[in-house]
Amino acid sequence: MLHGFEMTVWLSIVTIAASTLIGVIGVWLLGTRWRIVRQIITAYVQFFRNTPPLVQLYFFFFALSPLLSTHSADGLRHPLLNNVFWASLSLSLFAGAFNVEIFRSGIEAIPRTTLEAAESLGFSRLQSFVRIMFPLAFRIGLPAFTNNIVNLVKTTSLAYAIAVPELLYASSQIWSDELNVPEMMVFILIAYIILVAIVVWAMELIEKRLRIPGYGL
Amino acid sequence: MLFFSILFFAGSVAFAQAQTAAGEPGVLATLAKWTPLLFHGFLFNIAISVFSMALGSLFGVVLGIFLISRRVQVERPAYWFMQIFRNAPWLVLMFFVMYLTPFQFHTPFGTIPFPDWIKATVGLALPVMANVSEIFRGGVVSLPYTQWEAAQSLGFDYLQTLRLIIVPQAVKRMLPPWMNLYAILTQSTTLASILGVTEVLTLTRNVLGAEGRTELLMPFYGYVLVWFFLYCYPIAVYTKRLERRFSVAS
Repeated sequence: MLHGFEMTVWLSIVTIAASTLIGVIGVWLLGTRWRIVRQIITAYVQFFRNTPPLVQLYFFFFALSPLLSTHSADGLRHPLLNNVFWASLSLSLFAGAFNVEIFRSGIEAIPRTTLEAAESLGFSRLQSFVRIMFPLAFRIGLPAFTNNIVNLVKTTSLAYAIAVPELLYASSQIWSDELNVPEMMVFILIAYIILVAIVVWAMELIEKRLRIPGYGL
Repeated sequence: MLFFSILFFAGSVAFAQAQTAAGEPGVLATLAKWTPLLFHGFLFNIAISVFSMALGSLFGVVLGIFLISRRVQVERPAYWFMQIFRNAPWLVLMFFVMYLTPFQFHTPFGTIPFPDWIKATVGLALPVMANVSEIFRGGVVSLPYTQWEAAQSLGFDYLQTLRLIIVPQAVKRMLPPWMNLYAILTQSTTLASILGVTEVLTLTRNVLGAEGRTELLMPFYGYVLVWFFLYCYPIAVYTKRLERRFSVAS
């Protein structure tokens, strides 16, 4: 049970980090001059946003994982990467697509004059993105970003489907042994609510730290 | 977008075709053979999503009315009720309904069966209810308070104001997030496969089991992905258009 909880926490942390990275890189690539790169990113975002995460997970685990496997001497397939890896990858890509969208809307909300001012001050494109545009976009998109992260923490329960020993999976093992479904159910609910509460609390702290004086309520 | 999804699908088919052993039917032929069955499964997903959206919206609006109540003893319990269902993973709520409700009800008029797909519908309706209630509350709160005061001075009572003045104005603002929620719900119907409801993902797994060819895995799961994409993407585009139309130019 505790191991399951640890696994859920671990999955959450890894996927939050990876999906944020995907979001930052994705939104940076959306600003490039090459049309084909922008189109590929848009296609990625729309595709992952509009298909069920569970099917994505199955696609990665059952369809891609066998391709990356070695055959041992007795002819059995041994996947190179385990289910925890595939769960993290697929969940990160799923949440990352949302993050790209969130940061993009943040960047669009910044007045164009800000970028022009940065240009006139001699900032290169990368510099103005790193030092000016992204910090502003991140602040604007923060509430939506918090929402997405909370959603991601909850979505880690999908890893159950490919037998990643996270909270839900561990609990289902216990209740098939002990036949204590109602108690376990209540416990899972409380565990997730505590986890979500911690995330929301941390994000509020970040929000306060990053507040721009004179803006918002 | 359509172009990219076709490209993606064609790529996976071509890849699988290259791995198909000689003498076995082609990938496209196999896909075509199973398409009617899978399509039935997909329709079932749509049916589940429509039912639970209807059920969730109905209860969500009721919960939303409790949420905007000015009486603390009504508003607080409704608030915590909403928070619990909004912050629990959808899959966990599905497990909840699946395991903790009986598979049939005994009534004086005979037994009423309670099949698993109805359980799945109820299980999905719970988070929908919580989210709809928040959307409802957000829509109502976004209207200026003067609307309430004006209605009061014209002699409308509380429920009349809500029904005749506030909700007709707020509905426009609730529509885009409501449609977003529907798209998310449609995607979540695949969760029912974990609990053994014979919807499209369950059928896909069964088909793949029956065919027993590993090279088919990618085209089949890709096929299901493309279907969901074709259903949800137009909704997303339309939602965006609505959002733009209703947004106040800033």
